[in-house]
Amino acid sequence: MKPVDHAEASSHFIEAKAHLEFHDRRLWDLRLKRDREAHRIPEWEEMRNLASAIKEHTLAHLADYLERFEAQAKKNGAHVHWARDAGEHNQIVYDILASHGAKTLVKSKSMLTDECEMRPFLRKRNIEVIETDLGERIQQLDDEPPSHIVVPAVHKLRGDVSEVFAKTIGAEPGNNDVHYLAETMRRNTRPYFLTAEAGMTGANFAVAETGSFVVCTNEGNADLSANVPKLLIASIGIEKIIPKLEHLALFIRMLSRSALGSPITQYTSHFRAPRPGTELHIVLTDNGRSERLGMKDFWYSLKCIRCGACMNTCPVYRRSGGLSYGATYSGPIGIIIDPAFDIRKYSHLPYASTLNGSCTSVCPVKINIHEQIYKWRQIIAERNQLPLVKKEAIRVIGKVMSEPRLYRAALSATGLAFERLPRFAIYNWLNPWGRQREVPEPPQQTFRSWYLENRKSK
Amino acid sequence: MTSRDAILAAVRANAPRPAPLIRAIPLFEQTTRPLLEQFQESLISMGGKLAPAAEGVSLDTLVHSLFPDATVICSATPEVHGTRTLATSIEPANLADVDVGVVRAAFGIAETGSVWLSETELKVNALAFLAQHLVILLDPMQIIGNLHHAYRDPRFRTARYAVLVTGPSATADIEGILIHGAQGVRSLTVVMVPVQ
Repeated sequence: MKPVDHAEASSHFIEAKAHLEFHDRRLWDLRLKRDREAHRIPEWEEMRNLASAIKEHTLAHLADYLERFEAQAKKNGAHVHWARDAGEHNQIVYDILASHGAKTLVKSKSMLTDECEMRPFLRKRNIEVIETDLGERIQQLDDEPPSHIVVPAVHKLRGDVSEVFAKTIGAEPGNNDVHYLAETMRRNTRPYFLTAEAGMTGANFAVAETGSFVVCTNEGNADLSANVPKLLIASIGIEKIIPKLEHLALFIRMLSRSALGSPITQYTSHFRAPRPGTELHIVLTDNGRSERLGMKDFWYSLKCIRCGACMNTCPVYRRSGGLSYGATYSGPIGIIIDPAFDIRKYSHLPYASTLNGSCTSVCPVKINIHEQIYKWRQIIAERNQLPLVKKEAIRVIGKVMSEPRLYRAALSATGLAFERLPRFAIYNWLNPWGRQREVPEPPQQTFRSWYLENRKSK
Repeated sequence: MTSRDAILAAVRANAPRPAPLIRAIPLFEQTTRPLLEQFQESLISMGGKLAPAAEGVSLDTLVHSLFPDATVICSATPEVHGTRTLATSIEPANLADVDVGVVRAAFGIAETGSVWLSETELKVNALAFLAQHLVILLDPMQIIGNLHHAYRDPRFRTARYAVLVTGPSATADIEGILIHGAQGVRSLTVVMVPVQ
């Protein structure tokens, strides 16, 4: 399989000026709202430390907590299933649906089911899956994966949504009114809520001591999916466990503040036991997580609560769009998770970063994202997964930087080159940096020659 | 080996170095302002509304005056009669035509403007989502400071389903434009009424 070419894919995203500008502005706005909310809470940094410590403790004792969660959930009357990988997950879900004769599944957003590519699996087996989160539904109807883990259709403008809805759910062509579009989706989805035989949610957290799981949404679509049909299936990644209810307070206080800059999602829903006369099935899914737990430098990424703050703050993500990462998870968190799934396919992704560290500073559970990006680069270079141009450039830079005389000669040559070389010699395929940017004016003097003139003698 | 055992074995084999669990999470108490005032402010910022209960006016009259066009008013609390009685045994989908749902919340949270509901309060959980509008009765004495207090409430351990509802259903998935009534209720109105 060819590696995903993030730079190439971004170049198409960048061409659409209006989209690029909106995307950049909208996500930066979320980042500013996040700051405003975080700064209003004096204990914010203390909460981050606590949340991080709780996650690290839980991951170190994960098997015990999983067993406790399972025992408690069973006591509550839930059925608990275990899936080693995406294939098992999808088969389990299908078997549950088939045994209930379910033909339609209404579901709320779940990154895990996207990761498992569950929708196409079920479609082939004649089960209709209806995504009920507006953004996720837009993406489903447009046959595209979500481009952001919290706002799945953030890369689209209202005209794009209007076009998709006109083509698929009978919206009036050319009507770009956002209220009209949202209302059209509401009316289209409602009958499914009333007639679907099964509902499905993911989970933001699963609490070991109570055997309950928590789903956070703003639309109320998870509560409808869960509270109308007689069958509820919840897909939960094994890293979602936290030990106690009191720990939830920390995570709930930080999740939506980090994600959207609101103090809490409109609905924070806790599912402990099935409604009388209904069934609740929980599918605990590994799909690479236990393996990642054993990766010395990378297991910290399992602390992630999927708030998307790192994406909103990332200059590369904001200007390249989630789809150019070619993976379920994009942005800073994506580029440290994806290579663990497939190092060859995602070998370019850790380069989609300036290593500015902003992702790490906004992460509510203090994942050292930028350090992990750097470590992935080392591994990818060691395993010879670098593209030729990058490899050659790094080899030359390495040699030049390790020899002061060479470095000085190269510097003055570079200065001269930028002054004298024609544009095509600077702005070409060897210099992807110059594609969307002007190379800065070289300074008149290098630091070293300035230092020799001004300081050395004094 | 079952998948369960395989996963647990892999997780055990790969577990990072043991780390201690934080003993207790502080309550982060810091309410210098009255809880009611803080609750109201948070609720408004999350898109919720407040309606004053007037002395001598019945709650049914109040709900009718808030929603004069409503045909079906369905209440989960005996304090409001509405136009349709709510039996716990009703199929949730039969609530699809409810214009206004009414429920008394167990408590409210000042920090976020949320109210706590479970199957005990709602009788039929879907009422809070299928209705077009939701009216919530809340005892002003039942407002607590923040989420740390909330999660110490023992009812979280016994409720099959518990939800913190904060304002109406909302989405900003198209160009960040805020819309109330995405899939759930279009509006949420809190009426402060002490428990009799």
